[in-house]
Amino acid sequence: MTEGQQRIPILRMGKCLLVTIQVDLQDQTALALQDDLSAKIDQVGASGVIIDISALEIVDSFIGRMLAGISGIASVLGATTVVVGMQPAVAITLVELGLSLQGVKTALNVERGMQILAGTIDEVDTSGD
Amino acid sequence: METKGSIPLHGEADIVMCRQTVRKLAQEMKFSLVDQTKMITAASELSRNTVVYGGGGHMRWEIQTEGIRNALRLWFEDKGPGIPDVEKALTDGWTSGKGMGIGLSGSKRLVNDFAISTVVGQGTSVMIARWK
Repeated sequence: MTEGQQRIPILRMGKCLLVTIQVDLQDQTALALQDDLSAKIDQVGASGVIIDISALEIVDSFIGRMLAGISGIASVLGATTVVVGMQPAVAITLVELGLSLQGVKTALNVERGMQILAGTIDEVDTSGD
Repeated sequence: METKGSIPLHGEADIVMCRQTVRKLAQEMKFSLVDQTKMITAASELSRNTVVYGGGGHMRWEIQTEGIRNALRLWFEDKGPGIPDVEKALTDGWTSGKGMGIGLSGSKRLVNDFAISTVVGQGTSVMIARWK
């Protein structure tokens, strides 16, 4: 496997993008995902991004920084990001490691994540009226 | 079951390999899922330090037995530039510029034993262990 060649697929559902991370992430893959998602949000005018990390067995500071980075970039581009499916052991470890994932919205699963996105999109709509 | 070994840490792929090695060892030693996750996360942070800041090196591992207790002990060793101010490097938020500054201090919180020895110009060795 060549470094940096591996890409995480991004699925589109209407105005939402869904990313499911199923592999043990190399740093370059994480960075590539950040770039790909930013481009995709811009390209499709996405208003929401869901990142499913239920298959991730660890989140270290590098992946944490990537998640916070995506969330920040998406926010500037007008999209809300929700990170879903974090395993309890991962959550416990993250807190002890000292990663707060500030500014990153989280939800238990994809369904709850969709609800959060639906809520924020509605909020934006009503406040715009 | 092997009780000691070593793997090279030179590129990003080695960081992934390091996590997988530590996961396998922690599972074989029947660590709880939370303890496994903590050890793998600490190994991920420290192996990245070895690769990115230490210019590459290796991880040595050893399973140690003391009475009825077992420990998984890991050493991350490089011959890189060393760390001029270790005390500072061990505080939250200290960073050489590329990270979030929680690699060393955060890893220390995830394990039972932690030791670091570093000589400027000669390299760094970080030891961590978790007991079962």
